[in-house]
Amino acid sequence: MSDFAVELRNVVKTFQTPEGGSVNAVDHVDMQIRNGEFFSLLGSSGCGKTTSLRMMAGFEWPTEGEVFIEGQPQGHKPPFQRPVNTVFQSYALFQHMTVYQNVAFGLEMEKTPKKEIASRVGKALEMVKLTGMEKRSPRQLSGGQQQRVALARALVKLPSVLLLDEPLGALDLKLRKEMQLELKSLQREVGITFVFVTHDQEEALTMSDRIAVMSFGKVLQVGAPVEIYERPNCKFVADFIGDTNFLEGEVRQSEEGQSTVYVPRLGIEITGMSQRQFASGDRVVMSIRPEKMHLSEGEALNQNCFEVKVTNSAYIGSDTRLEVEASGVKLKVWEQNHISTLDPRAYHLSDQRLWVSIMPENALVLPPE
Amino acid sequence: MLRKLRENKSFQGILLISPTLLFMIGLLILPLILTTIISFGSRNSDGGVIYSFTLDNYIRLAGFSTSCDNGATSCFDPLYAQILWRSLALALETTIIVIILAYPLSYFIARASAKRRNTFLFLVLVPLWTNFVIRVYAWMMILRTEGVLNGVIGAVFGFLHIPFTPLNMLYTPGAVLVGMVYEFLPFMILPIFTSLEKIDNSLYEAAADLGANSIRTFLRVTLPLSMPGVVAGTILVFIPVMGTFIVSDILGGRQVILVGNLIQRQFLDARDPTFGSAAALILMVMTLVVTYFYTRKFGFGEEIVIG
Amino acid sequence: MNPNKRAPHVILLTILVYFFLYAPIFVLVTYSFNASKTNIVFTGVITQFGDLKLVDGNVMQSPCGPFHWFCELGKNQEVMNAAKNTLVIAFISTFSATVIGTLAALALQRYNFKLKTFSEVALYIPIVIPEIVMGIGILTLFSQIFSYLNNSFGLSGDGRLGLGLTTVILSHITFSIPFVTLVVRARLQGFDQSFEEAAMDLGANEVVTFWRVTLPMLLPGVLSGALMAFTLSLDDFVITFFTNGPGSTTLPIYVYGLLRRIITPQVNALSTVWILVIFLAVFLLQWLQNREVRS
Repeated sequence: MSDFAVELRNVVKTFQTPEGGSVNAVDHVDMQIRNGEFFSLLGSSGCGKTTSLRMMAGFEWPTEGEVFIEGQPQGHKPPFQRPVNTVFQSYALFQHMTVYQNVAFGLEMEKTPKKEIASRVGKALEMVKLTGMEKRSPRQLSGGQQQRVALARALVKLPSVLLLDEPLGALDLKLRKEMQLELKSLQREVGITFVFVTHDQEEALTMSDRIAVMSFGKVLQVGAPVEIYERPNCKFVADFIGDTNFLEGEVRQSEEGQSTVYVPRLGIEITGMSQRQFASGDRVVMSIRPEKMHLSEGEALNQNCFEVKVTNSAYIGSDTRLEVEASGVKLKVWEQNHISTLDPRAYHLSDQRLWVSIMPENALVLPPE
Repeated sequence: MLRKLRENKSFQGILLISPTLLFMIGLLILPLILTTIISFGSRNSDGGVIYSFTLDNYIRLAGFSTSCDNGATSCFDPLYAQILWRSLALALETTIIVIILAYPLSYFIARASAKRRNTFLFLVLVPLWTNFVIRVYAWMMILRTEGVLNGVIGAVFGFLHIPFTPLNMLYTPGAVLVGMVYEFLPFMILPIFTSLEKIDNSLYEAAADLGANSIRTFLRVTLPLSMPGVVAGTILVFIPVMGTFIVSDILGGRQVILVGNLIQRQFLDARDPTFGSAAALILMVMTLVVTYFYTRKFGFGEEIVIG
Repeated sequence: MNPNKRAPHVILLTILVYFFLYAPIFVLVTYSFNASKTNIVFTGVITQFGDLKLVDGNVMQSPCGPFHWFCELGKNQEVMNAAKNTLVIAFISTFSATVIGTLAALALQRYNFKLKTFSEVALYIPIVIPEIVMGIGILTLFSQIFSYLNNSFGLSGDGRLGLGLTTVILSHITFSIPFVTLVVRARLQGFDQSFEEAAMDLGANEVVTFWRVTLPMLLPGVLSGALMAFTLSLDDFVITFFTNGPGSTTLPIYVYGLLRRIITPQVNALSTVWILVIFLAVFLLQWLQNREVRS
């Protein structure tokens, strides 16, 4: 019995390009997904997340390496022999069958007796809040309803792992946000491992227990949402998740936990946090999130601080998003609007000269590209 | 093992296409090869085939007969060349006339309202779906000396007190042409209609907006865009007409002999399958050559084929 | 709005062409009520019901009245046999060609294999060669095979192999397959494979997936192809002409034979019945197509 619901060991998937060459859609990936967790694969198009999912499902077979489900190597097993089920991006509901028949299909394949099918289908539809829709045909359903049928159809089989391929992509914003929360609570309720593919980082952060950030076929970082956000391990991840400011510089001093970096363009030294020790003179990049930067009218002591000029500001309602400039370097700063006031000066109009301060733990030192 | 089959996609494909290949190779390619082989043979007394290699059949077709009327060992008899030429000419005439007649009708239907359009198409399809032979027979009834056409004209002339001798229309090349045009008209109407229908209305509006009158619009917009339909229709008409023998048999009698009749007779009456095969091969080559050059110039129009 | 829509010359030509298309049919149907047995001149419609009475080659009275020739048709055993043959051939060849052609469409659309190009070319051949070339080719093949087998095995009499229903059916299947493949393949082009993946994901193996998901979704295309094959077979003359033997006469062949012998209005009656059947069938087809368009 394995610790992991799904495991990928050194998996490679190579495709032939039309021009005659080949490309690794998935490039030596190792992944361990724990039982009962909500695990997301996050990345932009072409990063390999969907291909990885399809290899778990059995629609593709690895060129190298092995896929394990519940500790069992899957080899070249076709999808119908694997204890996993998939929710497709396009839902793939059988148009010529009713909602009931769609959901019952998987149970029919298992040769479940009719009575049991009826009760299980009923429960599945209840779980996705579609009781009463049994006789409808998919054409008569809205996008959100179709998505729920797809979910019910997969879940009714009680798979060990549920694979979801960008299932919320086709829904409008409001519905999407609703479904995100519903899916999350559904997953907690049934306790099944969910493997969720998305390109929307906000979605991944909201729903996941852990996230794997992928790019060009490789897994860059795996961790809980907080880890990914606050402690990205490379420039790509820091950039991909949320917004950030990058400052390039050279290490002056470093030990594990803290490093001081000289930023030539600003002409100052910034002390930040580092997850490992760097050598003096190493070229690095510092990542500072906009919400972690603080603006004040006077210089602050005991922190990294320098003078800037506000070049742009956008009032979002809950916060004000500013663009500031120092020595030709543009930076983003987000300030929460703590106090309700109509005083325009509270929203930092342009051209003001202010001081930016950054606490060391908010400046992350990362290796360069 | 099943697993092996599952993994070998290429083999799965071959498995699926194997029955088709069986039929296509067995009943299409093999017969064509056999026909070619036989065309170089000669007939035996029973009407069977002696497998040999001789160009006699082709020489005969080209017009150089080895048995001449005046006892000479070689003379020029253009009979077969004439037959081939006549078939080609008929095919071209038919195609052109069919295009001229079909185009206005297709245009009319394409421009009709969606609801009416189906009815008009339906009306075109019904004669098409009536059997070939029956339609030829109908023309026989009309063109006979005592037939309907003469009867109608005679009645009109009689009414006007003009003396009238019935026209001899049946068993003439003209009758065959009329029959051919009638047979293949729907085959041209449908493709032209399809390509005309695909022309977005906004193109006409744009042309008008840019100052084109109706003739200009037709010549510069409609006509070019309907060419795929004309091409598809031409292929659907030209090829069968080249090979036809029923129409010339029934409406032309012994007066009009086309390649199709020649071939038919070799296989049934004269019992010389080798000569018939040679003629068939020449027919096929001629057709392919014309079709090739035609499609090279005008394209295939295959997007139209599936109505 | 388009300028040429109501141009008078277009409308005039249209009417003339429609007239051209239907006049022969009208003549055909009218003459099926002709009293004259020789059917050369139209002498009038039979009006009297009663026992058969002939005067000067004209039927003056008949138990079926004006429908005399239709009744004669009904009694004509040869016609009934020919009709039966035609339908048998059409159904068998259509079914076979549809199955084979659908499999071929799947193969060509979804797989790559060594003989792919060859298959595509082979399927294209029947469309670009005149039917007669194919007809005599098949005739030659069968006659050579049969004479060889008959001689080798010393078959004679009833045991002799010869042209018949089987040879006709086989040749009909051959020319129908390319059309079925073409139609089904066009349908497959827009086909989203995630439905089949979903079925397999839910536990259906390849065969079950095909049967429960692929085929039902492909059905309109398959039926179109089948219908096309059916009409091609029903209507075929040339290839049937060269591949049929005693006992496998089809309706078109029968009519052709009649035209060279005696022509009575019975031929017209047959034509009229045929036209009516086709009319209904085309009507049905259009209705079905409209239903599909709506869904």
